[in-house]
Amino acid sequence: MTDINTLQRTWSGTHGDEPFGKLDLRLTDTCLRDGSHHKRHQFTAQEVHDIVEALDNSGVPVIEVTHGDGLGGSSFNYGFSRTPEQELIKIAAETAKRAKIAFLMLPGLGTKDDIRAAQDNGGQICRIATHCTEADVSIQHFGLARELGLETVGFLMMSHTQSPEVLAKQARIMVDAGCQCVYVVDSAGALIMEQTADRVSAVVAEIGGQADVGFHGHENLGLGVSNTVIAARAGATQIDGSVRRFGAGAGNTPLEAFVGVCDKLGWTTGVDFLKIVDASEDVIKPAMPEECQLDRMTLMMGYAGVYSSFLKHAGNAAERFGVSGAQILLEAGNRKLIGGQEDQLIDIALMLKAKQDADAGANA
Amino acid sequence: MSKKATAAIVGPGNIGTDLMYKLLRSDVIEPRWMIGVDPASEGLKLAADKGLISTHEGVDWLLKQDELPDLLFEATSAYVHKEYAPRYAEAGIRAIDLTPASVGPAVIPPVNGEEHVGAMNVNMITCGGQATIPMVAAVSRVTPVSYAEIVASVSSVSAGPGTRANIDEFTRTTSAGVESIGGAARGKAIIILNPAEPPMIMRDTIFCAVDPDADTDAIAESIHAMERAVQEYVPGYRLLQEPQFDGPNDFTQGMRRVSIFVEVEGAGDYLPPYSGNLDIMTAAATQVGQHIARSLIAGQS
Repeated sequence: MTDINTLQRTWSGTHGDEPFGKLDLRLTDTCLRDGSHHKRHQFTAQEVHDIVEALDNSGVPVIEVTHGDGLGGSSFNYGFSRTPEQELIKIAAETAKRAKIAFLMLPGLGTKDDIRAAQDNGGQICRIATHCTEADVSIQHFGLARELGLETVGFLMMSHTQSPEVLAKQARIMVDAGCQCVYVVDSAGALIMEQTADRVSAVVAEIGGQADVGFHGHENLGLGVSNTVIAARAGATQIDGSVRRFGAGAGNTPLEAFVGVCDKLGWTTGVDFLKIVDASEDVIKPAMPEECQLDRMTLMMGYAGVYSSFLKHAGNAAERFGVSGAQILLEAGNRKLIGGQEDQLIDIALMLKAKQDADAGANA
Repeated sequence: MSKKATAAIVGPGNIGTDLMYKLLRSDVIEPRWMIGVDPASEGLKLAADKGLISTHEGVDWLLKQDELPDLLFEATSAYVHKEYAPRYAEAGIRAIDLTPASVGPAVIPPVNGEEHVGAMNVNMITCGGQATIPMVAAVSRVTPVSYAEIVASVSSVSAGPGTRANIDEFTRTTSAGVESIGGAARGKAIIILNPAEPPMIMRDTIFCAVDPDADTDAIAESIHAMERAVQEYVPGYRLLQEPQFDGPNDFTQGMRRVSIFVEVEGAGDYLPPYSGNLDIMTAAATQVGQHIARSLIAGQS
């Protein structure tokens, strides 16, 4: 019988064991970044304060705070922020006693100036995300982040679309540019267990020893926790999740559930299970517009391999033009759209509407 | 001066080579030199086949020649152009800059194409800028635009190493052009590189914030007129949908939003048709070069 408790490696700690002691896995909560999509980027300063306080008190070592689409994301295309993200980063940094505040940026949308501003506001970990074949657009940003003394993380988004070998090569580009941890990011919630393990293993084989490997999962096929457990076994030492799944699509890996699983397996995360469960009920839930659900729309995303943050935008376009949101998402999968192409969902909706009108005309 | 202005192309990569084919068809520009730095360059070989003087000894070689070009098209990188621009000007060569260096004034043919024919250096902004700024201008000539945002999606294979290494330059230069030439009070630019196979044709979305009571019919009419103006030099430039008007509501921050969706299919001169982003750049540079050439020829006669 396999020993289910065995972890291949433990968190190597680019910044040592302080202040959390020796951890097997280092967790990042992304309610206040990926959850920004679910919240339609309407977080208030008070909500950010309360959530950071609760997570910090639970022992979550890293808390990510940014517009859902990263620095500079406040826009027509992705939705305008109710509170400027730099203000939210500042509040988070002032509130956290132990946790480090991370922020996300996507080259092509955010710029180096945004990274500097986020650091000035107290952000300590710069997470740079590219589509998983385009890592070379991040080179200048990793260079700057390291120069500024920021800890760095790289995101290979939509990892389900590429083979383990391709991901390993792209991870190498990021690490050579100064990235200290590369995440396999299942943006569409489309990876299935062994596919996750193969990808994480390939990246570990390529960069392990020089940099950490992370995993970021979504729930669109209901596999967030399972994928994350198997990723950890394959050597991922940094793990993303969102308490109560507060994230994009059907939500992110529920962090409190993963903490519970880690306790059962004897993997040290430094997070207090009972406290984070309380935080989920008492602080996170009241800030959510509704629970993140596994429903027709979100299932379609996992099934068709669609970027999770398309959910609300597809819903808006469906309502605006009177067409099926699920059809919009399926077509987004057909067109092989990637993160950032929210504008194309409107084009798809208009195409579906034209087709619908033509069919209605033919039947009239 | 003869009936044609002579031109050198610096940078025999994808852009420079595609540009060569367009200039070879010009009745006012004679492309005579192709300047590179790599003896193995495919572009240099193609240029030699077309009868251009091709060298891998760089611009320093060109500037030492007895006969210098009237026009120089820079298709290298922003860094190279910033370094050499003063020397071109010193030598009396008119530079058309296809990098985002922004040394000279920015030009978008159907908006301010002839405004800077006397300048020693003009800048072509970015591919995304050439594809979207005309539409921002189409709206702003009808009604004030308080904010404009453009989203350019291009195929990964058509984004060269220069764009990739300096993607911040793209967003900065393009958003500045959205303001200065597009006429928006505030501009924002987003670029997406999509690796789908077969490669996607360039697509651009232009969002403009206008007053809630702006004349939507006049705006739509102006957008269609601009489509035709761009089609004169980029036949594959087309609106994918009728312009859309939304709001005002909470999600548009109380503004009325105009959304414009375009596709740019290239002419396929050297680059495949999906790389409309590169085609619109070389086609626009050809237009601007021809305006300058005509003014030089007129000045001589």
